[in-house]
Amino acid sequence: MPKIQDILKLANDGLPEHEREYFCDARPAPYRPLAKYVEKFMNWARANSLWLLGFGTGCGAIELRPLMTARYDMYRYGIAPRPTPRQSSVFIIGGYASVKTTKRIIRSYEQMQAPKFVIALGSCPINGGMYWDSYNTINRIDHYIPVDIYIAGCMPRPESLIAGFEKLKQLIKDGKADGANQYIENLEWYKANQKKIIKDWNMPDYNW
Amino acid sequence: MSDIMKTVWYAIISLFVITNYGLLLNGLVRKIVARAHGRLGPPLWQPYIDIIKTNAKRTAITHGIMFFLGPVFRLAGGLGTYLFIPALYGSAVFANLSFSGDLLLVMYFIFFGQLGMALGAGEGGHPYSAIGVSRGLSQMTAFELPFSLSVIAIAMQYKTLSITGIVAAQQGGILSWTLFSNPFAAVAGLIALLGMNMHSPFDIVIAPQEVPIGPPTEMQGSFLGMLQTNRAVFTAAKLVLFMNLYLGGATNIFSMVLKTFCLYMLSVITGVSYPRFRTEQSIRFFLKIPTLIALAGIALASLR
Repeated sequence: MPKIQDILKLANDGLPEHEREYFCDARPAPYRPLAKYVEKFMNWARANSLWLLGFGTGCGAIELRPLMTARYDMYRYGIAPRPTPRQSSVFIIGGYASVKTTKRIIRSYEQMQAPKFVIALGSCPINGGMYWDSYNTINRIDHYIPVDIYIAGCMPRPESLIAGFEKLKQLIKDGKADGANQYIENLEWYKANQKKIIKDWNMPDYNW
Repeated sequence: MSDIMKTVWYAIISLFVITNYGLLLNGLVRKIVARAHGRLGPPLWQPYIDIIKTNAKRTAITHGIMFFLGPVFRLAGGLGTYLFIPALYGSAVFANLSFSGDLLLVMYFIFFGQLGMALGAGEGGHPYSAIGVSRGLSQMTAFELPFSLSVIAIAMQYKTLSITGIVAAQQGGILSWTLFSNPFAAVAGLIALLGMNMHSPFDIVIAPQEVPIGPPTEMQGSFLGMLQTNRAVFTAAKLVLFMNLYLGGATNIFSMVLKTFCLYMLSVITGVSYPRFRTEQSIRFFLKIPTLIALAGIALASLR
């Protein structure tokens, strides 16, 4: 009979045999919130210091640039870009996600530390948009990673992005933005979906 | 209360004040830079929220023992730098743990944190960490030269290495400050301060848009929280040190705030006015004019 630790381990069978020892094969575990008022205070801090992952994953990333300029100035809302997934807490899927990009999106998303939030920007990550019948773009990003906020439009203006951020802040303050837990609890479903479209799966099952 | 407990409590109070001062200074500088860009900028208390948030992260990953110790060394470097500098001249609470001969110890602590961070960031394994570390260490070696020469000039002039002694020798009017009694040493030291504060044109370590953020690329959660706390303490500690060496120290907290704020504005205004140097340009810069100015400072000190 196999041991419980072995069942909980990730198979990592996309990697060649000799590379498996370089990667972590532990399964991520969901977390529990802290005591009520501590969690409330932490959520307030999380909501007022949103660090974006500065990766442009599609054409919508062009709408993020005006946010940093004097006209829209996202810094006054406590939003700042961050160049590394390790430190950022918000991932913006900027427009259509091709299969090749989706692989990188998954990789970056898993490297972010919980709590992490995802904003799907534009029509394409919501239902495929104008690329709905394309052979190499995915139609719904929420089949691959959990999404907290959808901002519809092609392309949405920076004002609607700011409105989306305000909505996300409210969700975080209410303790409802729980994508990281949702992802870990339904890891099998997400992984099955991801592996269905990504044929060259040459990375570990969870990118620690 | 025994003397030791008293010193410890005083050091804690002093650290608390300087941490908050450093954080508010960082917030204010973000605001000033934003105004220079024509923006409103984040609120003054944004650094506090950022620190709470990074410490409130629920998961953290580590790459090994040195990765754990890197931010600890960095914070120890910042705390050590501050705790061995007498922040206020003649004050029992803000005298910290200074003793005679402590300028060398402080210079060692300025170096120590960066070396610890270099080891920790190296174990993170990210290529940008390694690039940032190599840039940082080479730039540090370059600006240490004018700074050390300037310190030698000061030690020759006042015949002491104790910071309290140096401040005591500068009392009695604005003209007895090192800035006026030995302007060459002071200018060389202040140029080295620009390099130490790592604002433009000397921000080649963090270098946004280039090696995204250099050494702390892999640091997250409370590791990053420690680095952010250190940033506040270390910035304030360096400013207090330079105030003591060149601007005659301070006898009350208001003159300390005023002098350190003016010193920091030197870095900030240079930072918003100039673009970034390349690594080799920065190193060459420090090894040329500032070094010559510092040598002139030594010559001036030996003529007295």
